[in-house]
Amino acid sequence: MEKLTNRSVQVDRSPMTFGEKIYLPAIFKGLTITIGHIFKKNVTFKYPEQKRAFSPVFRGLHILNRDEEGRERCTACGLCALACPAEAITMEAAERKPGEEHLYREEKYAAKYEINMLRCIFCGYCEEACPKDAVYLSETLMPTHYSRKTMVYKKEDLLIPNPKNHGNQ
Amino acid sequence: MLLLDIDIAFIIEKLILATVILLGSLGVAMYATWGERKVAAVMQDRVGPNRAGPFGLLQPLADGGKLFFKEEIIPEGSTKFLFILGPGLAMLTACMTSAVIPWGPDFVTESGKVISLQVADINIGILFIFGVVSLGVYGVMLGGWASNNKFSLLSSIRAAAQAVSYELAFGIALVALLMMTGSLSMRDIVAQQHGFWADGYFTWNFFKQPLGFLIFLVCAFAELNRAPFDMAECESELNMGYHQEYSSMKLGFYLFAEYINLFISSAVIATLYFGGYNFPFMDAVSDAVGPLLFTLISVLVLLTKVICIILFFMFVRWTLPRFRYDQLMKLGWKSLIPLALVNMLITGIVILYALN
Ligand code: SF4
Ligand code: SF4
Repeated sequence: MEKLTNRSVQVDRSPMTFGEKIYLPAIFKGLTITIGHIFKKNVTFKYPEQKRAFSPVFRGLHILNRDEEGRERCTACGLCALACPAEAITMEAAERKPGEEHLYREEKYAAKYEINMLRCIFCGYCEEACPKDAVYLSETLMPTHYSRKTMVYKKEDLLIPNPKNHGNQ
Repeated sequence: MLLLDIDIAFIIEKLILATVILLGSLGVAMYATWGERKVAAVMQDRVGPNRAGPFGLLQPLADGGKLFFKEEIIPEGSTKFLFILGPGLAMLTACMTSAVIPWGPDFVTESGKVISLQVADINIGILFIFGVVSLGVYGVMLGGWASNNKFSLLSSIRAAAQAVSYELAFGIALVALLMMTGSLSMRDIVAQQHGFWADGYFTWNFFKQPLGFLIFLVCAFAELNRAPFDMAECESELNMGYHQEYSSMKLGFYLFAEYINLFISSAVIATLYFGGYNFPFMDAVSDAVGPLLFTLISVLVLLTKVICIILFFMFVRWTLPRFRYDQLMKLGWKSLIPLALVNMLITGIVILYALN
């Protein structure tokens, strides 16, 4: 068989020699290895005090994006829901009424947009599927909740603050 | 009235000593649990407990507190009395052995009164230790049997069989030592190992009985149910062991008794083979400092030895994988007992021809 790495070693099944049977040399060797580790640096991150940078492809909590004028980008096309392998996304579409142009970018928008975080596996497929650059996975860690109900994130939870009116949606 | 003849001061003195030793061994055992984790962590390039207090030093207290507030479950169908007796017995036997260990040399006060740092200088000290250690098996057996769970029972039988098997080699290794010392009293044995070097030879028994020491050490691992012989528990691949059904402080007692045993056994090893509280140039030191300071130094020396041995036990635990049960029995019956017998024979021949 082809070796994937050259680190594998053939197991030696020959009977033990006397030196091996009295175990002591092997025990001594083992002890030198473990005791040697006392002088090695440990690799632990002391978490709450010391944080590790996320990798560039980290996929955290979702956000729904707005455009430069603060309008919601999502057009309720449903592609994210279709792409979602965990079937975590639900939405209801609505038509933009005249006078609502400053709220929604397209003529159709998501009246209801929910992601069930208990189902989501943070695969990021929704982000990839979205043609409108509306849904993104941020670098926020998924928080914990005390009830299942609050684990279903509504549109209000997901939408980023409107840049136009300084966070007051 | 024989009882009245005993000096009240004597009783008080012993009472204080016993309390101090008991509390001391509890303290050491407590920090042995912390030390075990730290040793494991250091060997695996981790940090170990570091949240409770500086360096995690309050961890044992936190653990104790946690165990206290856990739910107490006594399984249905268990023999309630024995179920509770088990951990108690384990704890009791663990604490009892400390009575015969001489923790330091006699301390002579100004008024010429001699205070011995040994709770009971009985002339069969070693036999006493053996007896009590063998009683410890009852704690294991009762725990496993009373919990009315076949897995607990199986593992307690396993543990008991192991303890009984290794006790044989344990005993024979000691017999060789006793043939040399000619005394069963711990105090005499320590006195014979005075200093470090005398008459062109090391005084410590370790240098006179290296093979005996090795056998004794291996058996001590088995008696203590510590890796690589922790058949009693096997927490990772068989079931939890004889204390599977235990919860709360009763489980705590079992686990804690093991650490007290660890401390006491290390003290016994230090006393029997590494000269107890003796250290090189002790006579010179004794002349140089006062009796009080000398006693303190001696006790510290013994404690240092004990801690080194405990650390060794821990190093071994985090180095070696567990023995398989048949290998364990084979090692005990087919290697250690014959070796111990050979050791006894050699010792006898040497005593007979070389020393006469
Ligand atoms: S990250 Fe994956 S699982 Fe989560 S909502 Fe998006 S597509 Fe579904
Ligand atoms: S988030 Fe994107 S993919 Fe999903 S419905 Fe809105 S526009 Fe379509």
